[in-house]
Amino acid sequence: MRKFWCLFFMFWPVLAIWLCWVSPANGWWFPSIAPWELGQQIDDLFYLLLIITTVVFIGTQFALGYVLWKGSDVKPGRAWFSHGSHNLEVIWTILPAIILLFISLYQMDVLARIRVMSKFPEQASRDPIAEVTARQFEWRIRYPAPGKKLLAQPQPDDLYTVNDLHVPVGQPVMIRLRSDDVQHSFGLPHLRLMQDAVPGLVIPVWFRSNAVGKFEIVCKELCGWGHYKMQGELTVELEEDYEAYLKALQEKMNDDGYPADAENAVAQSDEE
Amino acid sequence: MSIATHDTPGAHSHDDHAHGGHHEIGFVRKYIFSTDHKVIGIQFLITTMLMLMVGGALALGVRWQLAFPWQWMPIAGDLEVFQQQGGIISPEFYTMLFTMHATVMIFLVIIPVLAGAFGNFLIPLQIGADDMAFPTLNMLSYWFMWPAIFCFGISFVIGGVTAGPAAGWTSYPVLSAIISAAPGSGPAQTFWLLAVTFVGVSSMMGSVNYMTTIINMRAPGMTLFRMPMTIWGMFITAILQAFALPVLTAAGFMVLFDRTMGTCFFVPAGLVVNNADPTIGGGQPLLWQHLFWFYSHPAVYIMLLPAMGMVSDILCTFARKPLFGYKPMVYSMSAIAGLGFIVWGHHMFTSGMNPALGMTFMVSTMMIALPSAVKTFNWIGTLWGGHLHFTTPMLNAIAFVSMFIVGGLSGIFMAAVPVDLYIHDTYFIVAHFHYVLFGATLFGVFGAIHFWFPKMFGRMMNDTVGKIHFVLTFIGFNGTFFTMHLLGVAGMPRRLADPYNYPYLEHLLPMNQFMTYSALLMGFAQFLLLGNFFYSMFWGPKCGRNPWHANGLEWDAPSPPPHGNFESIPIVYRGPYEYSSPETDKDYLPQTEYISPRPAPAPSTA
Ligand code: HEM
Ligand SMILES: [Cu+2]
Ligand SMILES: [Cu+2]
Repeated sequence: MRKFWCLFFMFWPVLAIWLCWVSPANGWWFPSIAPWELGQQIDDLFYLLLIITTVVFIGTQFALGYVLWKGSDVKPGRAWFSHGSHNLEVIWTILPAIILLFISLYQMDVLARIRVMSKFPEQASRDPIAEVTARQFEWRIRYPAPGKKLLAQPQPDDLYTVNDLHVPVGQPVMIRLRSDDVQHSFGLPHLRLMQDAVPGLVIPVWFRSNAVGKFEIVCKELCGWGHYKMQGELTVELEEDYEAYLKALQEKMNDDGYPADAENAVAQSDEE
Repeated sequence: MSIATHDTPGAHSHDDHAHGGHHEIGFVRKYIFSTDHKVIGIQFLITTMLMLMVGGALALGVRWQLAFPWQWMPIAGDLEVFQQQGGIISPEFYTMLFTMHATVMIFLVIIPVLAGAFGNFLIPLQIGADDMAFPTLNMLSYWFMWPAIFCFGISFVIGGVTAGPAAGWTSYPVLSAIISAAPGSGPAQTFWLLAVTFVGVSSMMGSVNYMTTIINMRAPGMTLFRMPMTIWGMFITAILQAFALPVLTAAGFMVLFDRTMGTCFFVPAGLVVNNADPTIGGGQPLLWQHLFWFYSHPAVYIMLLPAMGMVSDILCTFARKPLFGYKPMVYSMSAIAGLGFIVWGHHMFTSGMNPALGMTFMVSTMMIALPSAVKTFNWIGTLWGGHLHFTTPMLNAIAFVSMFIVGGLSGIFMAAVPVDLYIHDTYFIVAHFHYVLFGATLFGVFGAIHFWFPKMFGRMMNDTVGKIHFVLTFIGFNGTFFTMHLLGVAGMPRRLADPYNYPYLEHLLPMNQFMTYSALLMGFAQFLLLGNFFYSMFWGPKCGRNPWHANGLEWDAPSPPPHGNFESIPIVYRGPYEYSSPETDKDYLPQTEYISPRPAPAPSTA
């Protein structure tokens, strides 16, 4: 029975590691490859941490299993009368300290490139592509009219959509993120990105996708009963498709509801 | 430094109780409005164990929805109140479920079971005092839990059982500050805030009492560095409470004012919320996050340090070995407490606060993993070369160490801000804090219950049932929570009533069903604990003073100790962990045992 407990405590870390090992093949892992370099760097950092923590995990769980195994022998005499070891304490303080310090400094650069305004790509921060306003329970999107710039104040010729954000592929783009009511969070899991939308603040968010396609926009901050259905869609498309999309949007907005030939018919009957 | 103030008149009158047991007190004063720290501790313990079942039931509701979304609820679905929504969990109800689950578990289980139950029971016994410094205040600290439980209870039912406080346990404004932002939870959220205030008052009363008692009432010879780790844990926790709690209380009142009196501490202008006036405002929602986490990060250590202490005691006792690195253990605990005050921003990496602050908090958060690591190494060192006895308390204590490693390591991922941009508010976070709060703290508490039960009631708990409870809980726990890391990596957000709305999460349903079955197993296992506890209270085999052959002062008192605890004031000669000392023939050496000096130099205790 004594050995059973040792095996019991040694068994579960093995199971845990096995589970992590088979997870990617079963879809219990990142939803897809991040389609841009910072997203990939985030994944790389994740894997670096995974390696470090796995080593520590195996090391400590193995040590635990070992001392349990040794201590479970029924042997004559007494336990080792020891109050500790100064040298060991020094080693196992300094070593993790160095590793932890390294990890935190190593992350700084990626963080700065994602978050610090002055490091944003020039092109993106000069011309924000859209304003995304979160509200219970939808994403409202405001684009400037084609050829114009997005201004802080809404303009009469601005274009609006709901839950449907289009961006051109391969270009850094920046959105202005706002909230109309409570706190929400603009999450792009496929791009490994999220930013809270805080009422009263306008927060710039930049990203780029090098792959065309559709990605989910997820609300990641509890915003009320309908939080679970606050779903949007990011469409990444070729530059010309994107421009065509905006054009179409503009035409739809300027449309007064009469089909063109009906309008002609009215004009003709006037002539008669 | 170490002189105990046992000569105070108050202390003497209590000693008289101990000697003259015939001094009659009525049932009400003895068991209900008692000022005896042991009775109060047991009151806290039983209350929190019942609350554990309530919180667990709420969690099973959450798990039901995640495994079988929008399907008829077993048992509860038949109830009258759920008929309107067809016996299923509505999104409002789901939001309320996870909000109240966290609330109950944090404010009514973990915090009071550590400080309230074990703090009360153990502090005077382990430092050799006859009671707390302020017994009446102590009684009040228990009875202030009840207004809190009452208010939480009201907040369940006031909007109809199916809608309650629905802003999460973190209660971020504006959702929690403007009533019309969360229609169903109007008065419920207000009562929730009141309840949190009451819990705070209760904790504060305890905290003042513990600090005073530990500083002033130690037995002769009980120097600071001869205190058991449990006492260190309780002491540091009390200090954390005293410094952090006022911030939460003040912030709670600010939200209350925002809700009820039209102030705008957290409400900016220009909002478009159902029928609310958009012209008022000027507040800042992020302020709440700063204030809340300034309390709640230290609070996670309030929910951990006492358990770390108790586990250290248990490991030494059943390894028959001194604690490995007593002083490093004390220092690392203090370091955790100190650093704990400068890491709160790690909950706000995605909130839109200044990125430079984010970087600062990243470094401080990484650093707080260091003392946690040191403690883990020392626990393993403690077991190293021991003669292990795999009793129920020991198994739970080993599980504490094993699980805490996972929780600490997952913390590193989240402390790395770029990675947190992906995993924040996903199930990875949920996995992390369950590994530390359940895997570590709660296993520690289970260990402590089995370990000190004989002292509480003079009877033993059944060891076989204890082991079955342990195994089932351990398996259920890992089945439920380890898998959550993977859901987090797959990007599944927390707090979604129906994650499968998102196509990229649809395939996670079977995994979630597995987790729900594991959670059910774990839930049912807790009935074994309750059954064992209440059965053994009356019918367990009787035990003597020191059934585990342990060293602490508490084992020097009768089981259960009478009012006033010790027959005579104990005198302390050494630290609490002198197991297998060559100075004696037994493999333990109680703190109170006097040994005439031998010619050989005795190893210093420190
Ligand atoms: C090894 C040291 C630890 C580190 C580095 C760490 C780091 C973190 C970080 C960065 C977060 C925020 C993650 C996010 O929301 O994105 C977090 C959340 C949390 N941590 Fe830890 N943690 C550690 C230990 C602990 C311990 C010991 C406890 C409790 C006993 C704890 C309890 C929590 C809780 C409850 C939350 C989530 C709160 C919420 O959002 O509801 N952590 N931790
Ligand atoms: Cu939301
Ligand atoms: Cu924290």
